[in-house]
Amino acid sequence: MPRLVNLHPSRGGALALGALPFLILIAAYLFGSAARLAENPDDKLLPAPSAFMETLQSYAFEEDKRSGEVLWWLDTGASMKRLLIALGISAFIGIVGGLAIGALPMVRSLFGPFVAALAMVPPLAILPILFIVLGLGEVAKIALIVFGVAPCIVRDVSLRAGELPKEQLIKAQTLGASSWLLSTRVILPQLWPRLIDALRLTLGSAWLFLIAAEAIASTEGLGYRIFLVRRYMAMDVILPYVIWITVLAYTMDWLLRKARARWFPWAETR
Amino acid sequence: MASVTVKHLWKEYGEQIVLENLSLHVADREFVTIIGASGCGKTTFLRMLLGVEQPTKGQLLIDGQPVPAEPGPDRGIVFQRYSLFPHLSVIENLLLGLEFSGSRWLGKLFGAKRRAAVEKAESLLEAIGLHAARDKYPSQLSGGMQQRLSIAQSVIREPKILLLDEPFGALDPGITADMHEIILRLWQANRMTVFMITHDLKESFQLGTRLLVFDKRRHDPHAPERYGATVTYDIPLNRKKHTMSTPALPAELVQG
Repeated sequence: MPRLVNLHPSRGGALALGALPFLILIAAYLFGSAARLAENPDDKLLPAPSAFMETLQSYAFEEDKRSGEVLWWLDTGASMKRLLIALGISAFIGIVGGLAIGALPMVRSLFGPFVAALAMVPPLAILPILFIVLGLGEVAKIALIVFGVAPCIVRDVSLRAGELPKEQLIKAQTLGASSWLLSTRVILPQLWPRLIDALRLTLGSAWLFLIAAEAIASTEGLGYRIFLVRRYMAMDVILPYVIWITVLAYTMDWLLRKARARWFPWAETR
Repeated sequence: MASVTVKHLWKEYGEQIVLENLSLHVADREFVTIIGASGCGKTTFLRMLLGVEQPTKGQLLIDGQPVPAEPGPDRGIVFQRYSLFPHLSVIENLLLGLEFSGSRWLGKLFGAKRRAAVEKAESLLEAIGLHAARDKYPSQLSGGMQQRLSIAQSVIREPKILLLDEPFGALDPGITADMHEIILRLWQANRMTVFMITHDLKESFQLGTRLLVFDKRRHDPHAPERYGATVTYDIPLNRKKHTMSTPALPAELVQG
């Protein structure tokens, strides 16, 4: 009998093990739902799977009677637009700021402590300020996400730039690199994989800030919808939306991981 | 042309004296091997030639001019490791130096210029026997292949001086013969002055035209930092005569 630390599952075994917690969760839900509905057919807390299907049908495939919109896709589009714009801006700030702070000691001294302090300000605490200054529109919501995510990315990317072996930077200089070429041809290309890692890690908080902003001031969006139907205890809407958000977030994470392996094969750990 | 003159050179870090009163003249196209115990300022000396450290007192001159305060293309360097660019393939690692000189803003070459650069890089690849690995990344190469590439990379800009900091220290003893042949070939083809730090006494005799031994002349057991090292032996080598056998050395030197 080998030690537990040396016991590896087969390929199929790994898949089965990975699926197990999901199956247990689903089974537990079905069991609980059936038990509660048997006692009270009007129970709203754990709706039956058929209720989910009906919700999905009316939200995702039928137009809303009042607005004439298909709510599911309206909400998804609005939320994804906010999230992707905010992540794009954050990535841009992250790579430019991280490169400048990581590569140039003068900039590091100038902005390093400031960015470190900025990253510590709780973004939700300044949400009121954003709403007051930027209004209740799209800009404030995007700004909240950027404010919550960008400082972390800047710090992470600049740390990576600082980790590059000194030997490499000296070598590049003996090959005649100027500060500009050293930054663009040696340091920057080695920061992209870390930028993707940083984006993946901050994806969770980006969703958190998105939903928080939508819950407070919005007229459409996945977070808005969840908080709207909360008033009617409409679990048959909330749960599918939560699952859908999870699927979206997981897919984004997966795409980023695949993009990293595809574009930066040299950075994959062997 | 690259002769190196050292005049009463001192290097101190606060209280600690690393090098004291070092004076030396190295002629153009000399192959200087440097040995000495750890912490005897060999690497500090090399780093001063490189321009990443500055002398505390005294002068360090290349062709009569003080060494610039930062690294430049006239002085190539090969470190023991970490000096390849992991995000570039083998050929791109070689091209980089040519791209730096040929394109100030993009750092990339196009058209005829690029073809000329690729040709030069490929002939160098051929010379170091890495042509088959042309499109691999450095992490896919063995340690010996990586060092060969690193040496080729550092001579592609045709530096006047080549600095080698224990370039073969992390390699199998079995492959160092190959490396010696490559380094000697490049030295002769590129008309460089070479400074090479090594831990391997035999290597230092085989490769060099001149051997410098760094050591402390004086030693205070209660305050070891108060005395710095200097060149205690300066041995001209006739390479032809000595390639096969290592001559007898003073005993304390061999232990060092």
